[in-house]
Amino acid sequence: MSSPYEQHRHAAERTPIPLRAEWGTVLACIAMLLSLIVAGSARAEIAVRGSGDLALVVERANGSLLVVETTGNSTLRRIEGLGDLSHASAVISRDQRYAFVFGRDGGLTKVDLLEGRIAARVMQSGNSIGGAISQDGRLVAVSNYEPGGVKVFNTQDLSLVADIPAEFGAGQRSKVIGLVDAPGRRFVFSLWDAGEIWLADFSAGDQPVVSKFTDVGRNPYDALITPDGRHYIAGLFGEDGMALLDLWHPERGVRRILPDYGRGEQKMPVYKMPHLEGWAVAGNRAFVPAVGRNEVLVIDMNTWQEAGRIPVHGQPVFVMGRPDGRQVWVNFAFPNNDTVQVIDAENLAVHDTLRPGKGVLHMEFEPRGEEVWISVRDLDELQVYDTASLERRATLPAQKPSGIFMTARAARIGL
Amino acid sequence: MQWLAPVIFSLACGVAAAGAQPSPERQAELRYLLAQDCGSCHGLTLKGGLGPALTAPALAGKPAEFLQLTILHGRPGTAMPPWRGILNEEESRWLADRLLAGETQP
Repeated sequence: MSSPYEQHRHAAERTPIPLRAEWGTVLACIAMLLSLIVAGSARAEIAVRGSGDLALVVERANGSLLVVETTGNSTLRRIEGLGDLSHASAVISRDQRYAFVFGRDGGLTKVDLLEGRIAARVMQSGNSIGGAISQDGRLVAVSNYEPGGVKVFNTQDLSLVADIPAEFGAGQRSKVIGLVDAPGRRFVFSLWDAGEIWLADFSAGDQPVVSKFTDVGRNPYDALITPDGRHYIAGLFGEDGMALLDLWHPERGVRRILPDYGRGEQKMPVYKMPHLEGWAVAGNRAFVPAVGRNEVLVIDMNTWQEAGRIPVHGQPVFVMGRPDGRQVWVNFAFPNNDTVQVIDAENLAVHDTLRPGKGVLHMEFEPRGEEVWISVRDLDELQVYDTASLERRATLPAQKPSGIFMTARAARIGL
Repeated sequence: MQWLAPVIFSLACGVAAAGAQPSPERQAELRYLLAQDCGSCHGLTLKGGLGPALTAPALAGKPAEFLQLTILHGRPGTAMPPWRGILNEEESRWLADRLLAGETQP
């Protein structure tokens, strides 16, 4: 774009009638002002606003996204053309203007939330599951099922920076899950088929140093990192317990926690893999979904021992802590996915049960937790609840909504 | 191997009552379940995810009875759960036929 100075100069050159110098100067000034107004109005189509109260909502069936704002609880715009968004997720740029959306079909899309457009898009694999953004915001990593591995891109233009195939055994490749960012420009992820945790360190540049931790347990299905970025914990589908890696001391290796959980008990069929992304922490306690059981597990984070089990309405999918840690919200797998329960984190009991409707897929708290957004797939609705009164504050139409991603995630490790 | 018992029993009884069809309303529910709930592991477009692809080309050569029994009883040792209790034999066979024919649009 030309500078106001250049516009001034061009406007003056185009003035055809010879004039006395003073008039010429006046006209040139008017022309300059006009050109500034024109330039300003072109930009005014994008209202000047901050982006800290925005959120992105995945409309999974149509390959579209909604941009919503949480101050007045309204929809700003829809962005289309993102391919297969079943199980899509997103991370937010450090300036909270852009989102990086990971599609199931391997599409990685950089979306401009303020202009409501696709800024860049690459098809980077055949089948992907999620991703993470580096501590410095310069790298975006994607975990892939097919071909199994992690690819890392420059957040500026989505050019490829590094390719890390998840090879194990005799030339096999594993599906990769549970990819998170960790302090020190590192990414951590788990290998579903191999039962391994890998740590990719980009602190020395764009060539990562990869450390592999093997035999962590059968079929890690998802993982999380504590809000301080220190502990990476993978849930195991194929056996009891969880795998814990202390990122302050990776040399100590991965150790098993909660080894006795579920031993000797008959599990129920699991119709939906639980998620661990919404690490719910209240004080020194962490709350995680139990696999194949109608329970939320409470973990003492000082000892990494089980500190309790809370019976709930169904098999938990997301267990999300309100930012102040007082409440923990839980949604459930099919066929109990019409219900949300609120756990009192102090006395470890369910204190309220809501029924937003069939197909509750995700919940996301506003940054300070006064409201929570819930996507209700089968009703084609987003519902916003006051977390103190539990009254519904807003209902917004959305087409088969799933994941909700507030821009405030940009400032949180691991999200 | 306790899961084998119902499998063998079902086979012996010839579960594949291929002629029976769920009601049109139930068919709509099943198509929705296939896309949304099966889709949470196999992908909304059934091209695969944590679970394998369920597109017609990916399933080519697999008998409908095999798919039906997999749906009803799951695959022990994998993440595939048994859907009996939610789906009956007629419904699981109908879904297996839809998968093999590639008629899976909701």
